[in-house]
Amino acid sequence: MVTFYDTEVASRLMLGTAQYPSPAILAEAFRRSGAGIATVSLRREAAGGDGGAFWELVRRLGVRLLPNTAGCHSAREAVTTARMAREVFGTSWIKLEVIGHADTLQPDPWGLVEAARELCADGFDVFPYTTEDLVLAEKLLDAGCRVLMPWGAPIGTGLGLANRYGLRSLRAQFPEVPMVVDAGLGRPSQAAEAMEMGFDAVLLNTAVAKACDPAMMAEGFARAIEAGRLGYEAGMMEPRDMAAPSTPLIGKAFL
Amino acid sequence: MRIMVNGSAREVEADTLAAALEALGHGGAAVATAHNEVFVPAAARAETRLAPGDRIEILAPMQGG
Repeated sequence: MVTFYDTEVASRLMLGTAQYPSPAILAEAFRRSGAGIATVSLRREAAGGDGGAFWELVRRLGVRLLPNTAGCHSAREAVTTARMAREVFGTSWIKLEVIGHADTLQPDPWGLVEAARELCADGFDVFPYTTEDLVLAEKLLDAGCRVLMPWGAPIGTGLGLANRYGLRSLRAQFPEVPMVVDAGLGRPSQAAEAMEMGFDAVLLNTAVAKACDPAMMAEGFARAIEAGRLGYEAGMMEPRDMAAPSTPLIGKAFL
Repeated sequence: MRIMVNGSAREVEADTLAAALEALGHGGAAVATAHNEVFVPAAARAETRLAPGDRIEILAPMQGG
């Protein structure tokens, strides 16, 4: 169990809903992975568009929704989008994205803090998409955030944990804050590593949706996340340079 | 009157945001609205008066990561 804003969630996998080959495959990916949280967005609706159909599909998933402010490049835009999302999706949870750089989709730290402060004051439960920057993390917590979502690597790259030192430092600095590694993961082993480092959950989209078999990949990630978490909780041995025999030497025959 | 709807110019016979939504075929749909870049809750649409050249955004649930 992991707790975000006083809500307990059974699965440590959060799954995006974009880029799947079909709605049926999306639903199957959720079913096989057991993901308990789905990210969703708001986009311009053409009259007679399929927004209603998508809405029905995600409602049938039976999971908790985490709307995002993807594509917003200013605090004002993100705050307005968040308010619109709260009304449509009926949740005060918001994955706050304020993008500052076009090629890397790196968050704009100043805009992120400004938007987080306003949304927290307005009663939102903010999940800020952030970097591993310690000072930014502190400012987001000061703004009222009770969860952090540091990136693994830029969105959609599949590079994994690009700055292990930074992520390790972030985890160590704020041990009580629930943290979700969001974005940049491409392989189950990378998700397992994030969990072994002590992160509380992982948010994925492209790595699953763009796999040859998205539902199988979703299950693969779910198992890796569980394995990594068990490893973290069990307490891992420290590595050493020299070999140490595992079979007892005492009692060995003299031959 | 002529207003901007989701970035495109549209001719709409409506003087409130609620009436514009009906006229544009969004009546009853799960959408969120903004008027001149300001969020308008569903309950406030009927009192939100439109003027020529106003910009409205009509957003619906979509896939997201």
